[in-house]
Amino acid sequence: MASKAQLSLTSAYENIELAEKLLFELARGKVSEETLYWAAMALREAVANAIKHGNKLNPEKRVFVELELDGQELRMAVEDEGEGFDPGKLDDPRSPENLLKESGRGVFYIRHFMDEVRFSRGASGGTKVELLKKLEGRAQ
Amino acid sequence: MKGSFRDVNDVRILDLSGKITIGAGDVELRRLVEEALAAGKTKILVNLKEVTHIDSSGIGELVACYTTVKRRGGQMKLENLPPKINDILQVTQLITVFDIYDNEAEAIGSFAA
Repeated sequence: MASKAQLSLTSAYENIELAEKLLFELARGKVSEETLYWAAMALREAVANAIKHGNKLNPEKRVFVELELDGQELRMAVEDEGEGFDPGKLDDPRSPENLLKESGRGVFYIRHFMDEVRFSRGASGGTKVELLKKLEGRAQ
Repeated sequence: MKGSFRDVNDVRILDLSGKITIGAGDVELRRLVEEALAAGKTKILVNLKEVTHIDSSGIGELVACYTTVKRRGGQMKLENLPPKINDILQVTQLITVFDIYDNEAEAIGSFAA
């Protein structure tokens, strides 16, 4: 049976810790520590993007986090109330001209840490990012 | 993130620990580097041994510090990367940008001349 958790956050960076804590409460002991580490890093990047680029740190706007875990997969969704964005327009941070840029690596890392990443428009017109990690085995 | 510094000869070593992440963590790194430059220290060695997490903002801050130090005629190098931090730098090929050491004496010696 799947375990689920939801969270609605205000747009402040310290709330990234709350999202991560919820993931740990849901998944610790049920997935390997290695899987949990990288999933948590992806979740942190997604929530940070929602707060910074989506909601532009507007305290009136919220970030919605949904987590779901079953025996095969960990699914996470992060939605903001921003203007939406086109993930196809992101540059490759590994290109020589981008290597020394200070930003532009978040989505690249998310894609690297997770097995599947999907961007869409959320209910409020903001960005919704859905992250999936396939589970290889239970925690030892 | 917690950070402190040591001076060995003319090398400023920044000992960082915990999370270098968006918000407080990345700002603290910048503060330590700016403090070093203000003190005339242009040979900076960042010790990442006790760092558990670094996100894209923390990576961005490392890159920004690296370019700031270089612009000021100095050098910034890294030492003691934990495996996961090494992976994170590897993925975005920043491993090719930074001078990275596993041995502190060797790292300090590399600044000479």
